[in-house]
Amino acid sequence: MNAMTEGYMTADGRKIGGVLMELKNITLRFGGVVAIKDISFDIRDGEIRAIIGPNGAGKSSMLNVISGFYTPTEGSVWFKGYQRGPMRPYQVAQLGIARTFQNIALFDGMSVLDNIMTGRLTLMKSGLLSQALWWGGAAHEEDEHREKVEKIIDFLEIQNIRKTPVGRLPYGLKKRVELARALAAEPKMLLLDEPMAGMNVEEKEDMCRFILDLNDEFGTTIVLIEHDMGVVMDLSDRVVVMDYGKKIGDGPPDEVRNNQDVIDAYLGVSHD
Amino acid sequence: MFYREAGDFKTSYREDSQTFPIKFDRLRFYAVLAVAYGVIPLLINDYWANAVFVPFLIYSIAAIGLNILVGYAGQVSLGTGGFMAVGAYACYKLMTAFPEVSIFVHVLIAGGITAAVGVLFGLPSLRIKGFYLAVATLAAQFFLVWLFNKVPWFYNYSASGQINAPDRTIFGVFVTGAQTSAMAKYMFCLVMLTLVAVVARNLTRGTVGRKWMAIRDMDIAAEIIGVNPLTTKITAFAVSSFFIGIAGALFFSVYLGAAEVGEAFGIQKSFLILFMVIIGGLGSIFGSFAGAAFLVLLPVLLKNLLVGTLGWPTDLAAHIELMIVGALIVIFLIAEPHGLAQLWRVAKEKLRLWPFPH
Repeated sequence: MNAMTEGYMTADGRKIGGVLMELKNITLRFGGVVAIKDISFDIRDGEIRAIIGPNGAGKSSMLNVISGFYTPTEGSVWFKGYQRGPMRPYQVAQLGIARTFQNIALFDGMSVLDNIMTGRLTLMKSGLLSQALWWGGAAHEEDEHREKVEKIIDFLEIQNIRKTPVGRLPYGLKKRVELARALAAEPKMLLLDEPMAGMNVEEKEDMCRFILDLNDEFGTTIVLIEHDMGVVMDLSDRVVVMDYGKKIGDGPPDEVRNNQDVIDAYLGVSHD
Repeated sequence: MFYREAGDFKTSYREDSQTFPIKFDRLRFYAVLAVAYGVIPLLINDYWANAVFVPFLIYSIAAIGLNILVGYAGQVSLGTGGFMAVGAYACYKLMTAFPEVSIFVHVLIAGGITAAVGVLFGLPSLRIKGFYLAVATLAAQFFLVWLFNKVPWFYNYSASGQINAPDRTIFGVFVTGAQTSAMAKYMFCLVMLTLVAVVARNLTRGTVGRKWMAIRDMDIAAEIIGVNPLTTKITAFAVSSFFIGIAGALFFSVYLGAAEVGEAFGIQKSFLILFMVIIGGLGSIFGSFAGAAFLVLLPVLLKNLLVGTLGWPTDLAAHIELMIVGALIVIFLIAEPHGLAQLWRVAKEKLRLWPFPH
């Protein structure tokens, strides 16, 4: 297949690259329940791609397929031009796909710093013996990675809580730490499952700023699920709309906004 | 007044992540080391060595080992006694088969053999969690004790079924056998404990430790981040069993001298060490020391108090002592479920502000 088709320019003048991930005819079944029905779309390099839809539309399942946590029943996932076979989740992480969760999944017993350092696990190579002795390799590596982690801490403005156990933090900060942990892996592609859920206006604005900045500065491709339409329409370059496991719209925000199927799905008409 | 971070500026990440970032803590740690190595060996006698120090040092090693598995990696184990028995019997077989090799090497190899056995019994942890894993490790406990009872090869076909530690020396000083001095026993165990504690601390502060804690706190999220649950749980079992094996080898060769597996390494031992870890504090190296000290010292203290000071009959005192220890454990866990280590942390936080309340 010809994965690297040409990119496009966004309205605000960013250049979007070729296809990074392509999902072809994805179907996902759990027993008799069909969560995703024959969906195809692509994600381009450097793009902010949103997946929206009413509750139960299959958005999170879609994200789990992308992250490799679910293997699709039918269809194929192509990443960087190669078809991806069934993988264990930790192998996907090693490919450079990181994610955050709808319900925060931080390690409560560990400090903020340690949580973010776990994000770099796939990049740290020192062996058991070197760490046991804490001699040369391991200690040196720890410092190196600490420096990178500190940059992310600066970027997300969480310097003052770096030694606090995560369990003691309020919700908004936990979300930010989770983003930091995902970023620490230096992912090619970042999956955000409802990054703004339960936040107030200021926290949402902060989070939007972080998402745009990291896309801009690190060139990270971002796939996000979000219910706040204002945020989605502002942030994303292209939007996939799902309803009852089917794709009912795909395109730039303006186009999706005026799509009759999408309006119907959100405002509610009788399904035949 | 004296316990302050103010003015103590860190200029490198290494300085910031050291074990004792506060200067006062660091000094106190050196003072404890100096006393342990410089003062106690000169004052120690047989009673103090056998009743207090040697069991405390050995149980500390075992508690650190179990704490890595239960406290850091979150995998419950009731097989500690069985794994200590593996260490003891491995050490015995090595000592009798290769008398010319140093006992120090034997103890380490015994740890290695225990690590291998621990990995074997840790494999079910990939499929089962929590109470079910506890039951699986309980099977290890009973199986290992049964094995060492039933297969005469392990106790070199001795008529009594016991294993007896032959005399061995390090640098010409007896460390096992009847001629061993209190000081030699103490020093040997102290050196082993120091090594174990340093290695445990290094492992738990680095990548390996973070992987363990990630698996403990939320295993699914850990896996998505890139933690391989198989290797992580297996290393936890291996490292934990390695330390427990060392503790078992020392317990038999240095402390007991002669051992019968069901008596020395029965299920009570598993529970005792688990209690040490819980009372001391899960997921804390200091907690392992504190828990071991608590459960070793408390009975000695009570016995001295009841028999020595109050003059009660020995048998009555022995039974009362069990009840008091049990009651204290319950009261303690209600008052501070996170163990002695948490009390210590709270005390230190208070001390940072003391004597000013804000």
